Amino acid sequence: MRYLAYFNFFLLLILCLISMSVGVADFSWLDLFQSPEQAQLFFISRLPRTLAILLVGATLSIAGMVLQIVLKNRFIEPSMIGASQSAALGILIATLLLPTTPLLAKMSFAALCALMGMAIFMLLMRNLPPHQKLMLPLIGIIFGNVIEAITTFIAYETDSLQLLSVWFAGDFSGVLAGRYELLWLTAALALLIYIMADRLSITGLGQNISTSLGINYHQMTWFALIIVAMITAVIVVTVGQIPFIGLVVPNIISRLVGDRLRQNLPTVLLFGANLLLACDIIGRTINSPFEVPISTIFGIIGTLIFLYLLFKGRR
Amino acid sequence: MKAKYILFLSGLLAIASGLFFMTFNANGNWEFILAFRGKKLLLLLTIAYTIGVSTLLFQTLTHNPILTPSILGFDSLYLLIQTFLVYILGGVGVVLLDVSTKFAIETLIMLAGALLLFRTLNSENNDLARMLLIGVVFGVLFRSINNLLQRMIDPEEFAVAQSTSFASFNSVNSTLLTIGIIIATLSSFWIWQQRHKLDVLLLGKGKAIGLGIDYSRFSRQLLLCSALLVAISTALVGPILFLGLLVCAIVNAVSPTVSHSVRIPLVFCISSFTLVLGQAIFEQIFQLQGVLSVVIEFLGGLVFIYLMLKKQK
Repeated sequence: MRYLAYFNFFLLLILCLISMSVGVADFSWLDLFQSPEQAQLFFISRLPRTLAILLVGATLSIAGMVLQIVLKNRFIEPSMIGASQSAALGILIATLLLPTTPLLAKMSFAALCALMGMAIFMLLMRNLPPHQKLMLPLIGIIFGNVIEAITTFIAYETDSLQLLSVWFAGDFSGVLAGRYELLWLTAALALLIYIMADRLSITGLGQNISTSLGINYHQMTWFALIIVAMITAVIVVTVGQIPFIGLVVPNIISRLVGDRLRQNLPTVLLFGANLLLACDIIGRTINSPFEVPISTIFGIIGTLIFLYLLFKGRR
Repeated sequence: MKAKYILFLSGLLAIASGLFFMTFNANGNWEFILAFRGKKLLLLLTIAYTIGVSTLLFQTLTHNPILTPSILGFDSLYLLIQTFLVYILGGVGVVLLDVSTKFAIETLIMLAGALLLFRTLNSENNDLARMLLIGVVFGVLFRSINNLLQRMIDPEEFAVAQSTSFASFNSVNSTLLTIGIIIATLSSFWIWQQRHKLDVLLLGKGKAIGLGIDYSRFSRQLLLCSALLVAISTALVGPILFLGLLVCAIVNAVSPTVSHSVRIPLVFCISSFTLVLGQAIFEQIFQLQGVLSVVIEFLGGLVFIYLMLKKQK
């Protein structure tokens, strides 16, 4: 358990160094403090990008883990219960109707939409028998498709398809200093999850147990959903959707060291960041000097891991 | 008697929608309009047939009214093969191949791939949700690899691959359309001959074998036929995820019998009606040319969720 966290931390340091050194412009660590151009490159592009990836990878993984615990289903994550897609729909509507409002207000609206999307999905699913674990992700994916179809339709009508592609396909190539800072909000939300971790774990035990242990079940469930909606909305608005990461990371970690939210949280966080960093480095080098968006790279790696989990789960 | 009545009615609807499509808002040179819209109508009918019937066959094969080839990722597999060819041969190489050779190569790989995919999925047959989920995730995987390959290809060559990745009813390659119509017609003869065997298949694997059907051979033939039809429709207009599901759901709801001699023509009629009328309305009344596939995705997705939830009860 401990070793896994240490190992991941060590890996993170290495990957961060690689991530900051890789890129189209020439960059050398030695010149960082001598040449102002190098420093500029570092502080405007490389460092923000690496930080953004860390934040997104870590918090999306945590969001997925919280959902899995509170909704008692291992195979879900924000993009599989309609949250990411609803957030994209929300930011599109906000941008079209009120283009002059500040980004933070639009983002709040997107979070509200993500929450609504999840609520509608749970309303649809409320009669599902608890042993049908795989129905939830299956219908969730299709539900996401339906919302995406609505969004595409609106975007098509208003000639804003290009705008939409920013929020649909996650991509870190646009991250520069001054354009990613909102992501720090997710770090605050992750901290909040850490503080509430034990209560969330108890909520995951079901309504009866949590009530008898003095936890307000419904309140905690909504708390979890609201946090997840906010994390999702911030990420979708700043870098776009990255499906599967919230599903894959907690599953791998819980396979290795079991389920304990508070204890696993640091490992999940580090591993999520590592996985996303590695994928971003691949995306930047595989076809350099061009970049392949991270959503594409992760679409391949994430689905492969997910398929492995599905096939493995049979035995 | 009732079956005949419904068949007749749906046939009328299909013809009426065809006439509407050909004549509505047609002010101008008739010769041009008839040729232009006629070709489009042929395309729509071919798509209606291939998607509707391939889904019906697939549902009979798997004894399941929720499955469609595209939900299991068959059409994203086809697109992946298409891009893969461009990647290996280069855009120039692909352009040099003539359309029919290219289609033949793609289809052959597609058939092999479909068999393989289906075998993988079928080993999960005991749990419908798991099988569907695996299929859906395979679809996402194929699309992501497709996306990656497209980005690795030269931008100029990329344009060659790009042109077929979106469902669009507006640009048609005549040669491909001709090939599609020929294969579709030939396949319809074969399918029509098999209609009684298909009915027997509905009784379940054990009974079908008991009644003298070479089950494994026949199911393989059906799968190949279904995959072939998917290949045609994807090659012609790109992926349309939910049309087959939508149409078959309507057919299963209105058809008084499960007999294939009724349902096969019924699927064709209703599928044509939906597609042709939809296209006419979107093109002529709303002036939205490219959106029909998005609307189908939306409605079909809702139908899928409804069917799944109904099955649970």
